[in-house]
Amino acid sequence: MTRAFADLHLRVNPKDQQATQKLITKAARLGYRQISIPFTSKHSEEELAKLKEACSSLGLDFVSRADFNPRTENDLTHFLRKFRRKFEVICITCDSKEVARQAAKDRRVDLLNFQSLDYHKRFFDRAEAELASCSLAALEVDVKPLLILEGPPRVRLLTSLRREIATAQEFKVPVVVSSGVSEERLMRLPRDMASLAFLFGLDEAQALDAVSRGPAAIVARNREKLSSRFVAPGISVIKEGKPS
Amino acid sequence: MKRVKRRYLALQLECEEVPSEREFVDAVWAAVTKLYGEVGASLTGYALIGFDVERKVAVLRVSLAALNMARASLAAITSVGGKEASVHVLAVSGTLKALYSGASKF
Repeated sequence: MTRAFADLHLRVNPKDQQATQKLITKAARLGYRQISIPFTSKHSEEELAKLKEACSSLGLDFVSRADFNPRTENDLTHFLRKFRRKFEVICITCDSKEVARQAAKDRRVDLLNFQSLDYHKRFFDRAEAELASCSLAALEVDVKPLLILEGPPRVRLLTSLRREIATAQEFKVPVVVSSGVSEERLMRLPRDMASLAFLFGLDEAQALDAVSRGPAAIVARNREKLSSRFVAPGISVIKEGKPS
Repeated sequence: MKRVKRRYLALQLECEEVPSEREFVDAVWAAVTKLYGEVGASLTGYALIGFDVERKVAVLRVSLAALNMARASLAAITSVGGKEASVHVLAVSGTLKALYSGASKF
């Protein structure tokens, strides 16, 4: 069976239509099936609908995603209460330990992203992985820093990533590899993006899963939950009867 | 002596200006040396088999044992000859014959 590849993190401002269209077209040309562009509360539903239409005209499945960088646990819960039912994927960028722990605990969070290059600000340790494994949250790794950094910063990042991936595998936390790029020139073929995952310790099958089955499973699970027929995991409405 | 198994990679170069063959080879070696060091680079056994300037397609030979290293370093290329560029691996094959027979795909 052929793999359907996904890039859930194209970092472009949806308001910049030209740049967005360029990235979408290139993603289609490179062979991605599912793509996602992060939205914030400032973006309208109209923009989201336009993007979906533009993607479907190119044969792409657009996944609605919201990214949030909360300062406190309360910020996080407030955001989740407000946006969880509106977006198919929720990603939390963790800049503090309390937020990271709360995000890993919360079943409404799909992706945990640690963007800091500073070793001390990356909180994906064993405790975090244990919480994430119970709540189905996945660890998202962007390959962009690996492309733009050179020398000691890249070495330090690779060291952190290798440790985080080993921890994730130990606790069976799914890993999702995304591009995290905002420029066309940094986009890579799905298999090339997977090959960059060799650098931080994924083998070939795991790397390919991280750009195909991993993200697809998250999207499928959330689409089922967001559908009007969903009751509880494993239970959905098949047919509605008329009241007698 | 055990025969060294090799793989042939068809590469698509994406850039505005076409670099020379020398610049391309230098970029490939620079990328693998930066990522894996000189010892790692020596394991890849890179050899340029062909470079089609018009179509911006190159064929590269690598050692099978270092295929993953080679792919990762090719994906990490962001400039060739000082100009922004990216390299995509279009196909991997065990023989040149099989690689060229599938050439119509790219």
